[in-house]
Amino acid sequence: MLKKGLFIFIISMFAVSVFAGQGKNSIQIKGSDTMVNLGQAWAEKYMEKYPGDFIAVTGGGSGTGLSSLISASCDIAMSSRNIKDKEIALANKKGVNPNEIKVALDGLAVVVNPGNVLDKLTIDQLAGIFTGRITNWKDVGGKDEKIVLLSREVNSGTHVYFKEHVLRENDPNNKEEFAPGALMLSSSQAIADEVAGNSSAIGYYGMGYISAKQKPVAIAKDEKSEYVEPTIENVVNNKYPISRPLFLYTNGTPQGLVKKFVDFALSKEGQDIVLATDFVPISR
Amino acid sequence: MRKFKEFIIEKLILICGIASIFFVALIFLFLLKEGLAVFNIVSPFQFLFGKSWYPISDPPQLGILPLILGSLLVTLGAAIISIPIGVGCAIYIAEVAPLKIKEVLKAGIELLAAIPSVVLGFIGMVTLVPLVKNIFHLPTGLTALSGSIMLAFMAMPTIVSIAEDALYSVPKNYKEGAFALGATHWQTIYRVMLPAASSGILAAVMLGIGRVIGETMAVMMITGNAAVLPQSIFVPVRTLTATIAAEMGEAVVGGEHYFALFAIGIVLFIISFAINVTADFFLHKRQ
Repeated sequence: MLKKGLFIFIISMFAVSVFAGQGKNSIQIKGSDTMVNLGQAWAEKYMEKYPGDFIAVTGGGSGTGLSSLISASCDIAMSSRNIKDKEIALANKKGVNPNEIKVALDGLAVVVNPGNVLDKLTIDQLAGIFTGRITNWKDVGGKDEKIVLLSREVNSGTHVYFKEHVLRENDPNNKEEFAPGALMLSSSQAIADEVAGNSSAIGYYGMGYISAKQKPVAIAKDEKSEYVEPTIENVVNNKYPISRPLFLYTNGTPQGLVKKFVDFALSKEGQDIVLATDFVPISR
Repeated sequence: MRKFKEFIIEKLILICGIASIFFVALIFLFLLKEGLAVFNIVSPFQFLFGKSWYPISDPPQLGILPLILGSLLVTLGAAIISIPIGVGCAIYIAEVAPLKIKEVLKAGIELLAAIPSVVLGFIGMVTLVPLVKNIFHLPTGLTALSGSIMLAFMAMPTIVSIAEDALYSVPKNYKEGAFALGATHWQTIYRVMLPAASSGILAAVMLGIGRVIGETMAVMMITGNAAVLPQSIFVPVRTLTATIAAEMGEAVVGGEHYFALFAIGIVLFIISFAINVTADFFLHKRQ
């Protein structure tokens, strides 16, 4: 039985490798969960335009995508954060040369339950809430209720970006961390669901995930600045304080099919898809 | 020719027999090779008893005490729930139930074992989690308790079927002797059957616990995954298994985070190995 199972396993591994080997007209894209809808929309339109080429898009998180690129198990990594120096060093050691291409912008929305009276926060208050210094909604002008923190897992570019730009307020020497009691959820959708059903929860994700079941909070840089809603216009004119670039990473300068796809993503058509999936186009 | 055939088949079976041990050894060696490297960065003491788990910070903080306690708390809760129910169910099936009900119950237990854990996790997420939140007035229902309840369902089939087997294999004349001395049915079960089957029942419990501690998907979905030292069963916890599953994708091969996750794998391996050896010990004591 074991023998037979092993045999089937070997045969199937062989088949997979043969299949993957002959697929010169197919590319693998992997990475950021924030970008997975965007990537899939691109792939669909691209394959409509160029039948015969095959693009496979999977999520898993920015870190997952970059580590796949480094181990050469994907052709393009989607990432919602910059590649780390450590990752570049590791990639170079393995003969991979990561090449960064900025393809879109994203506003990070901070969301609460629609039943929450709170509708605005400063970055300082946000940092206080997510590091665990502020634990009750009444301290920021809400009801007397314990705050339930929702965060993405550590493999998420959103997690890293939020930590560096909100918790640590862009200060590289700041060593703030998420409160250990923060719930780590495995996807943006899981955060959206928990916020929708929990009146004391607060979470964050790319603004594409906002629906009527969550209430986005207006954010101000500090007390004197104006509070800004996460909308596409506010991200484009740089008013919204927590927005970030989204990247594709390739091994070296894009060539062949990879170049064809990257060019498509950056074309007018590709950037229209960016807008249609609730992100912000770059080339304006 | 026939002799040759015999020889070939014999050797093939031998290879199959050795294969499983060979694979276990390979897996363990690989775990050791990848996991022990973490101790170049942190001491074993810091690793096992450190209170902060921030693997992607710079420098990373790799303390897995909250994760170990999270795993143990969820497992303990599941054991407290599943052992009395499981053993009770086994006694009912083996000793009390009429034949027809016995068949139905056994089929039901087998069906419970066949439900994939991700399905149980999903059901728990939409039904159990809000229920726990409302009953205990908690800020969130994603807690160790929810995980324990769900895992209890997963441990039940193992406990029931092995415990029932143990009760069934108690020699008939023990029971007849007890009845002949005028013992009631309950006295017979409590004073004769249970002690006679005790080592088998203990083995059943250990194997059930082994099943629980290795479970990943369901706990990841419903325990909240907060790496905090748990003060009670009503707070979110992060288990060893969920940590590996959630973070393996991020960890760059050959990085310190990657080594740390493999070291967690070693810890888990040792725990479940210890549980299995204990179960085996009790099982063999019976024979």
